[in-house]
Amino acid sequence: MSPRPGFVVDVDRSTPPTLFWRGERFTLERLPEGSRVIYAPEPLDPLKDPAAAIRSALINPVGDQEPLPTQLHAGMKLTIAFDDISLPLPPMERPDIRQLVIEQVLDMAADAGVDDVELIVALALHRRMTEAELRHALGDRIYDAFAPNGLLTQHDAEDPAALVHLGQTDQGEDVEINRRAAESDLLVYVNINLVAMDGGHKSVATGLASYRSLRHHHNPVTMQHSRSFMDQHRSELHSSNWRMGRLIADSGVNVFQIESTLNNDTFPPAFAFLQKREWEWGVRDRLGFMTASKTLERTPSRYARQIFHSVRSPHRMASVQAGEVEAVHKLTTDNIWAQQGVAVEGQTDILTMGLPYVGPYNVNSILNPILVACLGLGYFFNLYRGKPLVREGGVVIMTHPTPWEFNPVHHPSYIDFFEQVLTETTDPIEVADRFEESFALDPWYIHLYRTGHAYHGVHPFYMWYWCAHALQHLGAVIIVGGDEAAVHRLGFRAASALSDALEMASDMVGPSPSLTHLHAPPIMMADVR
Amino acid sequence: MKALVLERNLPRFAASRVASLLGSGRGAGVGPLELLDVAPPEPPGEDWDHLQPLLSGICGSDLATLDGRSSRYFEDMVSFPFVPGHEVVGVLDGGGVDHSGQVLEPGTRAVIEPVLGCAPRHIRPPCPYCAGGHTGLCGNVAFGDVAPGLQTGYCSDTGGGWSTAGLVAHHSQVHRVPDSFSDEDAVMVEPTACAVHAVLAADIEAGAVVAVIGAGTLGLATVAALHHLVQYASPGTVMVGAKHSHQRQLAESLGADAAVAPEQLARAVRRRSGSLVLAGRLTDGADVVFDCVGSSDSLAASLAMVRPRGRVVVVGMPGRVSIDLAPLWHRELTLVGSYTYGVEPPLESSLPGRTFERAIGLVADAGLGSLVSATYPIERYEEAIVHAGSAGRRGAVKVAFDLRNRKGGSR
Repeated sequence: MSPRPGFVVDVDRSTPPTLFWRGERFTLERLPEGSRVIYAPEPLDPLKDPAAAIRSALINPVGDQEPLPTQLHAGMKLTIAFDDISLPLPPMERPDIRQLVIEQVLDMAADAGVDDVELIVALALHRRMTEAELRHALGDRIYDAFAPNGLLTQHDAEDPAALVHLGQTDQGEDVEINRRAAESDLLVYVNINLVAMDGGHKSVATGLASYRSLRHHHNPVTMQHSRSFMDQHRSELHSSNWRMGRLIADSGVNVFQIESTLNNDTFPPAFAFLQKREWEWGVRDRLGFMTASKTLERTPSRYARQIFHSVRSPHRMASVQAGEVEAVHKLTTDNIWAQQGVAVEGQTDILTMGLPYVGPYNVNSILNPILVACLGLGYFFNLYRGKPLVREGGVVIMTHPTPWEFNPVHHPSYIDFFEQVLTETTDPIEVADRFEESFALDPWYIHLYRTGHAYHGVHPFYMWYWCAHALQHLGAVIIVGGDEAAVHRLGFRAASALSDALEMASDMVGPSPSLTHLHAPPIMMADVR
Repeated sequence: MKALVLERNLPRFAASRVASLLGSGRGAGVGPLELLDVAPPEPPGEDWDHLQPLLSGICGSDLATLDGRSSRYFEDMVSFPFVPGHEVVGVLDGGGVDHSGQVLEPGTRAVIEPVLGCAPRHIRPPCPYCAGGHTGLCGNVAFGDVAPGLQTGYCSDTGGGWSTAGLVAHHSQVHRVPDSFSDEDAVMVEPTACAVHAVLAADIEAGAVVAVIGAGTLGLATVAALHHLVQYASPGTVMVGAKHSHQRQLAESLGADAAVAPEQLARAVRRRSGSLVLAGRLTDGADVVFDCVGSSDSLAASLAMVRPRGRVVVVGMPGRVSIDLAPLWHRELTLVGSYTYGVEPPLESSLPGRTFERAIGLVADAGLGSLVSATYPIERYEEAIVHAGSAGRRGAVKVAFDLRNRKGGSR
């Protein structure tokens, strides 16, 4: 039986309560009659033989690219860059797709006698990965062959000697990327495309860039003009990256792009109920929900966090394509839509979303209040094509505990951003104008980024800019069950229960609003007509 | 006439110390303080006048004494029994003479500079410090014609402000209160003078980053002094660590550039100074830190956030503390105390002046009388002292005894 597509259900009297994520916990909420719930499509069948599919993609590239084996030869300089810890979510069961792909690239390179090969984690301004995380992504064989010899490095956007300025686009955007990557005879970029935003020219132009380069598209104005940044053709974020990517290509950097998509099989069997429609829950699902929710209720947050961050997702490769960047990315985008797309008729007054424990920037870490805002208003809000799910002036209600808690190793500048910037203003434009540069150039944050496992000093700004479109669009944001002080610091309203939040929202949208619930994860993309 | 009298009673001090574990001031009911009938104190000489208190504040050092937390260092500098209260505004009911020799009419309001140095003690010649006007540094506080006591409010001869019987003040201690001042303004002069002295002695340069730890009365007065006496001449940045939200609001209204929770202060200073962090300390940091708390924690925090060769000024009264002085040695820090007041260096074209006179000006400029949050009759002293001990938590700053219209009576 083929997997069922995404589905929008209208809530009526017989509809069972709907599952809402609340960080490391979840609850069942009864939504008002007439509400809509959007469910993701069921997982597509995975590729039966991923290794064969990868090999085929490398040998039969799309677009204006030669087969990979024909581009490999002795004496050449080969660099393989790959996505970092932010992808996929949750981290996948071994073997990770990066391992599967890079092993084949390395085998082909070895067959061709290439001996100058380096691997680079395309961190951009993210935190450096730990050894354990790298071993998980690459497998022990690759790690042990490259890391001890200094041939596995993590992109350092603050090392001037390791960067090269390739020029400016016709819009005056600086393009400065990793020198080793730019000066290689061939740059192979290995993506895991979890959402439509990932990949394309963004891989190199963002993943291997410096702050000098990133600031041209990671800013509030660009984000306000990316509607959404999941829709490449209406995303200024992507337009800027595409201009940069074409300049990179014109500069002679030969990028062999490999992109892969995943199916929606997000959670292991113990949490199977999380990706089923509630009215289809069987006895095992109900028991699973009861056991998990009761256990998690009694578990201190830090241990609940540990439990969830140890979850390895069973998702499997659904497609792989390789070749020239734009041609590859078009196929990838189509494949992502095939897995995640859900047709939705019309907008809603209120959009509800249950926020889970993890987003791209807190793997093995804490989803601090800024990341809560970003996950809800940056990512979930932007999971649309066409029009936002919620109408202009509407209300987003998110459920999450939003603890006033930060990981000081991973997010040191977030703490200061929360304490010193959001106390002054929550307006993204003002935030950028008044504070960005001093954080971006702060030598302490730079030190921690380069030598520890800290996100760059400017990163919390980017998270806030990610929210810029939603903040401009919405009439109000309400967080249910959040730490009140933290929620207020974000500039949002706090409610203790969903019913209270709905009453509060009526101030903005009237007494009989339409309501839509985004039943994610698993991830979906709403095609709003 | 009634006065709160503090006896040397070791079991009661012990009981007070135990009770204070529940919160500062909780020992008032079981400690050595008692409300007694007393006669007005006798002037120790003709150059002393009687002052009838109107308002008398409850200071952090009073609370430390009542809680049994005061350092034993002070044991030989007090004489029992004494009436506490050194933050006093009162009326010279028989008239008098002020510190400058000016004759004051009966009924004139005055504040007292409570230090009991060489002049009140009739010690001739005065010690070099008193001769230079720096009476706070006087070493003769246990000698001369007056019983030991480093200040009025710790001396058995002078009486203190927590009394309807009044106190006696030496001419050198008396400062006339401007007519425009409310009693609340006036009672803030003494703590403000402590802050003025601390700030003016700190050698703050233009553009300096200054941190203030604590935002009780002393901390807030320090912020006001920084804003009005330093910032206008040498603009810099003043950052305050304050536990309670009303304290943060007050600090900002008094001129702080930023007021944050105590645990956030070091991070805020780090950002402002562009510092790195090494061994839990800032590699650069604030030029000057005013510690207006005086605890082990606040001193350690001060040493961790001040820059190399920077200055930590201890404004709050410390007791026995335990801190690691390795950073003081390694980073060539200056750790300096700031006690009471005296004579301050000239500001621009002005002549050197007594700290109290500067404080009177600052109270007026900054409106510090508004920091008086609550007043109590002395009969409700237990309640008053508990309130003062929990002022921050209860949204208050300065708590005082209200002795107005109480001469000779009891209520």
